[in-house]
Amino acid sequence: MNWNRLLAMARKEVIQIKRDARSIAIVIAMPLIMMFAFGYGVSFDTKYIPVYIFDREGSQQSQDFLKRFQSSEYFNVVRTVDNYPALIQAIDAGRCQIGIVVPSDFSKKLNAGGTVSVQALVDGTDSNSANLGMSYSQAVVQAYSQQLQLQWLQRRGQAKIQPPISVDSRTWFNENLESMATIVPGVVALVMAVVGTFLTSLTVAREWERGTMEQLISTPVTPLEILIGKLAPYVVIGLFDTCICAAMGVWWFGVPFRGHLLVFFLSSTMFMTVVLSMGYFFSVVAKTQLAASQISLIATFLPAFLLSGFIYPIDQMPVVIQVITHIVPARYYMAILRNVFLKGTSITLMWQDFFGLALFATLLSVVATRIFKKRLT
Amino acid sequence: MNNQSPAVVVKDLVKRFGDFVAVDTISLEANRGEIFGFLGPNGAGKSTTIRMLCGLLRPTSGQALVSGLDVARQPELVRQNIGYMSQKFSLYNDLKVIENLHFFAGMYSVETSDLKDRIDWAIDMAGLKGRENTLTGTLAAGWKQRLALGCAVLHRPPIVFLDEPTSGVDPISRRQFWELIHSMAADGVTVFVTTHYMDEAEYCNYLVLIDRGKIVASGSPLELKLNYMEGELLLVECDQVGKALELLQSAPGVMDAAIFGNALHLVVPKASEAIKSVGNYLAEHGIQASRIDSIRPSLEDVFVSLTSMRNENGREKVSQ
Repeated sequence: MNWNRLLAMARKEVIQIKRDARSIAIVIAMPLIMMFAFGYGVSFDTKYIPVYIFDREGSQQSQDFLKRFQSSEYFNVVRTVDNYPALIQAIDAGRCQIGIVVPSDFSKKLNAGGTVSVQALVDGTDSNSANLGMSYSQAVVQAYSQQLQLQWLQRRGQAKIQPPISVDSRTWFNENLESMATIVPGVVALVMAVVGTFLTSLTVAREWERGTMEQLISTPVTPLEILIGKLAPYVVIGLFDTCICAAMGVWWFGVPFRGHLLVFFLSSTMFMTVVLSMGYFFSVVAKTQLAASQISLIATFLPAFLLSGFIYPIDQMPVVIQVITHIVPARYYMAILRNVFLKGTSITLMWQDFFGLALFATLLSVVATRIFKKRLT
Repeated sequence: MNNQSPAVVVKDLVKRFGDFVAVDTISLEANRGEIFGFLGPNGAGKSTTIRMLCGLLRPTSGQALVSGLDVARQPELVRQNIGYMSQKFSLYNDLKVIENLHFFAGMYSVETSDLKDRIDWAIDMAGLKGRENTLTGTLAAGWKQRLALGCAVLHRPPIVFLDEPTSGVDPISRRQFWELIHSMAADGVTVFVTTHYMDEAEYCNYLVLIDRGKIVASGSPLELKLNYMEGELLLVECDQVGKALELLQSAPGVMDAAIFGNALHLVVPKASEAIKSVGNYLAEHGIQASRIDSIRPSLEDVFVSLTSMRNENGREKVSQ
């Protein structure tokens, strides 16, 4: 390896990036836009589920019961109706997700010590939020009936009744169980996978398209020097973008940052090497800027979105898919970032993820170097 | 590496693209310090050959040695010994003049002690003094070509390959460019240059004519003119040139006829005998010839008689 050539190569890339207004716009705008889009667009917290109420009894007790729904932050009681068809129509039209129907003998049965069934009609179109809505309603009902039971027992003269077992849970790392805290580190990884690959996907293809490659490969420069010379400036740019994303996560989305900066930069540099080599590889293979950028968007975005644990927890995937996730480098980086943001545990506990990143960084940069041929077709 | 050996030795070189044979079993030798002209119409295989010699294309078969190094087996060593200027301008348009020079000086690992000298020399040679900070893309074609040459020879290569260096450049810039080529050759550099301009071919020490992938003639410009013309050449100046051409093409004792400028060139077995008969023949058909003379063939005449270019509409490609 010759330092003259390597430095000349890197310097040339920097000049070209600086002089191209479009690439500067991409470098700065792309991570910002994607952070906003995913930071706000992807949320797993289901709050304020729209609810319609049909109270067939209208007694003080039924109202007392329904207040539980009104006071919960998980529900938003949109409206009270007085007939069935109106309720059905509301669910059909998507104006509410859950309809609660209180029977006309609600208080009578309760006071007689019997069991009352309250009907909950759930719109199952979105099964995820339907499930959440159902379990939230069940929780509300359960709490209410427990209270009734206690009152009833107390009235019969039994002093204090304690439930035999109670769970006293305390959540670590993400104290308020806000999905934002889980999502934001994932979004950083996702954004950098896409941005990083995109950045380099143009570099080699551009030289082929403009005809400068023919002159370049007639010089004694080696494929490795071209790779390193072209990638080095982008590693710096990529780390800069990662910092933008992380800063937004901390100061805009309010996610904690508990880990060590060193772990953050080490893993980010490794991940940059992975995705930049990948973009470079696509650029060498595709030879046109358009094809290379499209391949790189598809090839990085989908796996990083679906198979990295960003949306679906990996350990709940079918075993075959779990195995496949191992070839998605974003998986390792995402795990490390979540740790760095939320847990801040020692690097030694993440050795498997670091090993994964190191493996792919080596593999992809070797492949990218090998695939580059100093020949015209 | 043996300094006495020829700069370029090509033996039975073949390049096939699928069914198409771009270069068909050619052999040639270029001596050191020589301006070696590689002549032929567009698509004859000139660029393909030069790209193989620079290690940019792998030969299908045959052998090519540049500076004694095999281009198929040691392309990297070859690249250290050559400068290459591709047919299409291929410096970075979005870099300044000085930045392109620094970039290629880096690529060729020009010694730091030599760097300033070489870059000053290249700027001077290209006539770009005071324009060092101009964006390369905004330069006129003639300057671009000279800058490209400067970039290609920063490392003082003993052999330079120039692929149609003057195409699309105005005549004055072309002449300047050839002066540069001559001064490089005078310094002992071997210049391997392709062109389809006949007037440029006259500047070369040695010429190889290639057509449809095959070598059709080779030698010095003078040798080519003497050896490769069958018959002798007559210049005919007359009115109604078009009609005269039609008549003479089928006239007895005329082997070939073609328009050159506003006159006709005829190929005849013996010029001294034909002068009279051609004059009479034209007069019989009502055409007055103002001049009929025996002339020395130009390279263009040789070229036209040797290649397929006289067929179809190839004429424009030959004359500038």
